[in-house]
Amino acid sequence: MTISRRNFVKISGAAMALPLMGSSAFAQVEKIKIGFIYVGSINDNGYNYAHNQGRLYVEEKLGDKVETVFVENVPEGPDCERVIRELAQQGCNLIFATSFGFGDSLVKVAPQFPDVAFEHATGYMSGPNIGLYNARFYEGRAVCGTIAGHLSVTGKAGYIGSFPIPEVVMGINALALSGRRINPAFTVKPVYISTWNDPAKEADAARAMIDQGIDIIAQHTDGPAALQVAAERGIVGGFGQGADMSAFAPETQLTAIIDHWGPHYLASAEAVLAGTWAPGNTWEGLKEDVVQMGPYNAKVPADVVADAEKIKAGQIDGSFHIFTGPINDNTGAERVAAGVTMTDAELLSMDWYVEGVEQPA
Amino acid sequence: MDLMLAILITVVGASTPILIAALGELVVERSGVLNLGVEGMMLIGAIAGFVVQFHTGNSYLALLAGAGAGVCASLIFGFLTLSLSANQTATGLALTIFGTGFSALAGSSYSARPVTLMRPLFPAEFAASPFTKVLFGYSFPVYFAFIMVAAIWYFLHRTRAGLILRAVGENDQSAHSIGYSVIGVRYMAVMFGGAMAGIAGACFPLLLTPQWAERMTAGRGWIAVALVVFASWKPFRLLAGAYLFGLVMTMELYAKAGGGPLSVIPSELWAALPYLATVAVLVLISIRRDASTNAPACLGKPFLPSN
Repeated sequence: MTISRRNFVKISGAAMALPLMGSSAFAQVEKIKIGFIYVGSINDNGYNYAHNQGRLYVEEKLGDKVETVFVENVPEGPDCERVIRELAQQGCNLIFATSFGFGDSLVKVAPQFPDVAFEHATGYMSGPNIGLYNARFYEGRAVCGTIAGHLSVTGKAGYIGSFPIPEVVMGINALALSGRRINPAFTVKPVYISTWNDPAKEADAARAMIDQGIDIIAQHTDGPAALQVAAERGIVGGFGQGADMSAFAPETQLTAIIDHWGPHYLASAEAVLAGTWAPGNTWEGLKEDVVQMGPYNAKVPADVVADAEKIKAGQIDGSFHIFTGPINDNTGAERVAAGVTMTDAELLSMDWYVEGVEQPA
Repeated sequence: MDLMLAILITVVGASTPILIAALGELVVERSGVLNLGVEGMMLIGAIAGFVVQFHTGNSYLALLAGAGAGVCASLIFGFLTLSLSANQTATGLALTIFGTGFSALAGSSYSARPVTLMRPLFPAEFAASPFTKVLFGYSFPVYFAFIMVAAIWYFLHRTRAGLILRAVGENDQSAHSIGYSVIGVRYMAVMFGGAMAGIAGACFPLLLTPQWAERMTAGRGWIAVALVVFASWKPFRLLAGAYLFGLVMTMELYAKAGGGPLSVIPSELWAALPYLATVAVLVLISIRRDASTNAPACLGKPFLPSN
């Protein structure tokens, strides 16, 4: 059954006229077309690659019931509006805008297509047909930090960040907090490089930090360049980001944080198929399998793996939260009292560093 | 001391591709042609070099492939601007956009495929101590860049062919009227610029990050173009300029990563230095009016013979 836009207006109008039924404005469909918009290339081996894997996951699970299209390398600006509009006009029932910077375009275009479901990754502006979704990457950082705390000889980790936004600050803090649970002298040095994807600059930042005494490297940029430098210099190790990067540094990647968007995309697609989709605001992590850990390197000792697995299990069953007090900031002032866990809202606006993080220059 | 040497090694790595690409553009501009497609040619050279390195493991072949791919890309530009007299600025920009897209397409099946870095030119014994490592620890393109600085200076200022090339760049009508092929000379220059940009691009997977990533040159082609002006079209100034830019780009990161003496100059200032230096150089150039700006008089103008 296909629904023309005119009929759809009638149906949704009827649905809106009957608010007591509690139904959404979205009708059931038999076949769904999903559009994906990526800010980078699907071949970046990181963030955008992971979103595309999610797309393939939906295709595999839903088979004939789904058709997907994607547009990559979409700049975060006016051009994005055009892409969203085009996808909606092509007949997509569901559109995922997978980068933070697409938000402004999305809130502009979405009202023009009330019969299309939109979802925005890592954003904050929702609407009658705009849902939000995000992943708790910091849970993965807590597992990485546990390994770093155990293995680092110098007790210093370097962290290559893109921009000092809460998403990145949160990850740096999670790494420092978990590392210091193991080694109270553990410190993290953040270096911001003001780009998501400049492999040569990522590599030089890694060199700069390694030359100055760090022996663990973590990053919140899109590619594996820093891990390759870590391998070249033979430091203790580093962590993959977004996807398993062990192909680039088999001896060096200790584990990886893998973005696994598939289950979320599948759930949204099924909701649209069933006519039950409603704009949500999900922030899922290890428990929901949206964040996964990569394989542990063979050189990580068994007791360290066991400790890392304990942190992972604790976050899955809810008994452990890395942002539970007491937490001091890096000036020594107490920010979170003992036993108190930071709320999601506090995490999503985090703009301070915990004790053990050197203030970025 | 060891840190200083380590920084120096990183600086050399960051400066080399910029220097090589800028040297090519310098020769192109001296012939009176402005090719803004350096970034695009670098990306095409990068993917060509990567593919050859991946399949053969022979880094010299990879550099050659990068050069060859750069020449092919530059010929598109040459045909449009020299044979068809298209606008050089617009064509150069188009070449950059084309190179970005084409390299992404050609490289789409080469993600998640690391390669090995190019081996140092000298045997490991030469680079055993930190001091000798600073001198002898690099692979071929680093030394190639230095040799080319001298070679291009010699070519431009001490050979007849170089004189003809400069004549074509300064006054194409006169060169034409005494019988030189302006278009022919410019084709040669554009192809040379393409080869150098291609080699510079190939340096990214071979020297800096042994992988293919879309847009991996990340704007360094534009720095190369700017450097030619910065160096007022002189090879040795270009050498100084490229290493100055490499130094500040690197020091910004070392200052961010380190404490102690390195952070005496804040990283923000390091990041701003290239632009301050550019302003300073441009002011200095315009003060010395007698030497003029040294810009080739026919730069960017299509050649249409008057007779």
